[in-house]
This record gives sequence, structure tokens and C-alpha cells, in this order.
Amino acid sequence: MVTIQNLHKKFGRNQVLSGLNLTINEGGIFAILGPNGSGKTTLIKAVLGMVIPDKGEITVLGEEIKKNSDYRHKIDYLPQIANFPSNLKVKELIKMIKDLRKPTDEDQRLIELLRLEPFLDKKLGNLSGGTKQKVNLVLTFMFNSPLIILDEPTTGLDPISLIRLKELIKVAKAKGKTILITSHIMSFVEEISDEIVFILEGKIYFKGSIQELKTKTNQQDFEHAIASILTNNHA
Amino acid sequence: MLKILRYSFFDLMRSRWSYVYFAFYLLLGVILLFLNNDLSKAVITLMNVIIVLVPLIGTIFGVMYYYNSQEFTELLLAQPIKRASIFLGQYLGVALSLSMSLILGLGIPFVFYGLFESSAVWDFSLLLITGVFLTLIFTALAFNIALSNENKIKGFGYAILLWLFLAVIYDGLFLMTLILFEDYPLDKLSLFGTMLNPIDLSRTLILLKLDISALLGYTGAVFKQFFGTSFGLIVSFFMLTVWVILPVGRIINKSKKKDF
Repeated sequence: MVTIQNLHKKFGRNQVLSGLNLTINEGGIFAILGPNGSGKTTLIKAVLGMVIPDKGEITVLGEEIKKNSDYRHKIDYLPQIANFPSNLKVKELIKMIKDLRKPTDEDQRLIELLRLEPFLDKKLGNLSGGTKQKVNLVLTFMFNSPLIILDEPTTGLDPISLIRLKELIKVAKAKGKTILITSHIMSFVEEISDEIVFILEGKIYFKGSIQELKTKTNQQDFEHAIASILTNNHA
Repeated sequence: MLKILRYSFFDLMRSRWSYVYFAFYLLLGVILLFLNNDLSKAVITLMNVIIVLVPLIGTIFGVMYYYNSQEFTELLLAQPIKRASIFLGQYLGVALSLSMSLILGLGIPFVFYGLFESSAVWDFSLLLITGVFLTLIFTALAFNIALSNENKIKGFGYAILLWLFLAVIYDGLFLMTLILFEDYPLDKLSLFGTMLNPIDLSRTLILLKLDISALLGYTGAVFKQFFGTSFGLIVSFFMLTVWVILPVGRIINKSKKKDF
């Protein structure tokens, strides 16, 4: 699905990714974890072509992504901070993204699911953070692409919406899609992901199931397993 | 690209600032006509205002729009759209909506005053065309500055400095060089100096067309002598086009290499 070879990226003097190799197979939920500033978002943005790597190769569904924009038809991406043009109405934004990508009817179902009907005619500038995140979710999930990338999807969501989000992710998984998630909420990650990809100092430190991680670190629960990687590597 | 352009354009058309800008020109047009009571004289006064103000507004709007729509740009970057189309679309959206405010704001009072029956119609059209050129040039320069500076305050600072330099300081420096080297033949130098500044170039262009020798100044006179009126017009138009193409080219180039 996604293969990354020898990926290097430097921002100024800050070496964020140094020779990262990663292969993500088709189907399943992959959580990308790592301490702050470890390069999670940079990795995701490199896959999306938003960050241009200094070195290395990325292929998505067999397509080399360099100087290519068409492969993004196969990716649904949920950005970390949802900040939309404040003059647009929710309805108009959804229409616009559909117009830019392709027609779909999924948005109606998602709007109902997330209870967004009362906000459709409001301007995006007047929405709360959580509502914006819901709009963001609609925009992401309405296209039915084989690869879904979610950057901190839980930000600002109320408990009900969080449950709905988990359902959406599970349904997508059942359809055989590949889902990449970054999150700082460990319980969320533990509940939902099939496999963990742990990034440390610009490289993949660990890749495997949660059970494997627990065995490797000799810890009973997931949160402590993650914490033990961090303390062992920074102490 | 056209889709992005359309959305940026309508997004701006709905913003308060477009109306403020439009209303300002409307008011300016009405007041000038009221005070001058003469179309050709109003055109000259208008030129002095446009040549300084249009670049300022273009620069500020360009920088402001870029920084304001940054997050949205990121959303677009994740869509299957080419980078060049996103940035060109946004650039043209800003430049065209500003041009429209200018053309409509000034056009309406002049048309009502009887522009089409007067001899000043070509002078006035030229003024608007130059205004559009200046908008295109300075919005493009502003986008360049914003693309190269992550820091908004710095970006704004450079943008204002650029405007100040080209609108005010450049002329001062230019004049000083002319005085310092007055013993030498300066025709070529001053010609060159005029072409390197789109604001000077526009001023010369309009004055050439209006054929007011008293206002032409040294460079204008050299320009006229060197090229003659009609060839001078063509040369200045050509140079203005170059001034649009170069920064737009850099927008495309820079946007391809930038990380978001």
C-alpha cells in the first residue's frame, strides 16, 4: 500500500527524519506514535506530498509520488488543525471539496451521523473547535478512498462524536481500507489499532502489534509500554 | 486552477475589505469629478493617487490573503490538485477581485459623468489598465514575500518595505544619482532606472499618453525622446508584462519546492 525507503528530511538544522524505512500493507489500522517532535506529522505530510523529502522514495499504491498529484485521489486526509476560510458556509465548503475531487452522496449520511444539520448554513468562522472537527471528518470520510490518513482525529470531539468516529473507522476497516492514525490518546490507540508504528529520532523504533510491544518492553499495559520506550531512550 | 480561482475570487468578493476598497474608489471618483469638474484633470489627479495606492493595497491584500488562507491551502494541498494551480488560482483570485473593485469603483462615477462622450475615454482606460497591471505585479510580489517568510510579522514588514522602496525611496535615490552624476550622459541610466521600477514605469506610461510635457520630468522626457510616444508606450507595456511574468514564475517555482 505505502512503501517508504530511506526517507530523510531536515528543517533548517533540525534533522527530523533520518533514513526512515516503512512498509504498510493493505488493510488494517496503523497507529503512528512517537514523542512530540519525533516526525509523525512530517512523515504523514511526506506521504501526502506536502513536505518534500531531501532524500528517499515514497510509493503509494504502486505510484511514485514525486511530481505527481493524481495519487492523492486515493487518499483521504484529515489535517490536524481544521481552519477553513471563515467566509464560507459549511454547506459551501462541502460542495467545494466535492467539486474539486469527485461527486459523492456519502456526505448526507455523515452529516446526519455527526448531527451537523443545524450548522450547514452557518459560516465556518462562527463554529466551535469541535464542530469544525466534525466538518473536517465529513470532508475526510465522504470519498471512500482506499487509504485514509487521520492526524489527531479526536481533537475537540465530544464523547458521542468520539464513539461515532470509532464506528466510522471500524466500518472503513471492514471495507478493507488502510487507515493511518496519529494520536496522543493512548486508550483510543489501544482500542482501535491493529498495529503500532513507533517513531523515535527520525527512524522507526518499533513496528508490530500492541501485544508484541508489551512483550518487548516487559510491561503489562500499553501506556506503560510506550512510557518505558521513552524513558529507556531518554534517560 | 480555474476552480481555485473561482473560490478565492468569491471568497474575497464576500469579504468586507473588497467593499471598503470598492467604496473608497467610488468616493474618490465622485469627489474628484465634483472638485475638478473636468474629466481630463480628474484623470491626472487620479493617476497620482492610483500609482501610489494600488501597489500598497495589492501588497497588503496579497500578503494578508496568503497568511489568512494558510490552513485552507494545506487542506487543498492534500487534494489531488497540482501545487502550481493552487497558488496561481489564489493569486489570480486576489488580483482579479482587487482589479474589479478598482475598475468598478472608478468606472461607475466616470461613466455617469459622461466618460464615453468625452475625449478622455482612452486616457481613462489606460489609467485603469495600468492600475490592473500594478495590482497584478504587486500582488505577485506580495505572494512571493509571503511564500518565502513563514513569520507573518516579517512578511508584512518586508511587503511594506518593498512598497515604500518602490513608491518613495527609489525615486529619491534615483534623483540623487542624477544630481551626483550630472556631468555625465545619463539618458541610458535613467531609462534603465525607470524600467526597473513598475511604479515609475506606469507613471511614465500614463504621462506619455496624456502628453503633458510639463509633468513628464527628466526620465519621461528622455523616454519620449528615445522611443517616441507610441513606441514608448509599447516598450513600457512590454516591461510591465515582464514585471508580471517574473514574480508569477517565481511563485510557481517556489511553491513547488516549499514544505507545508
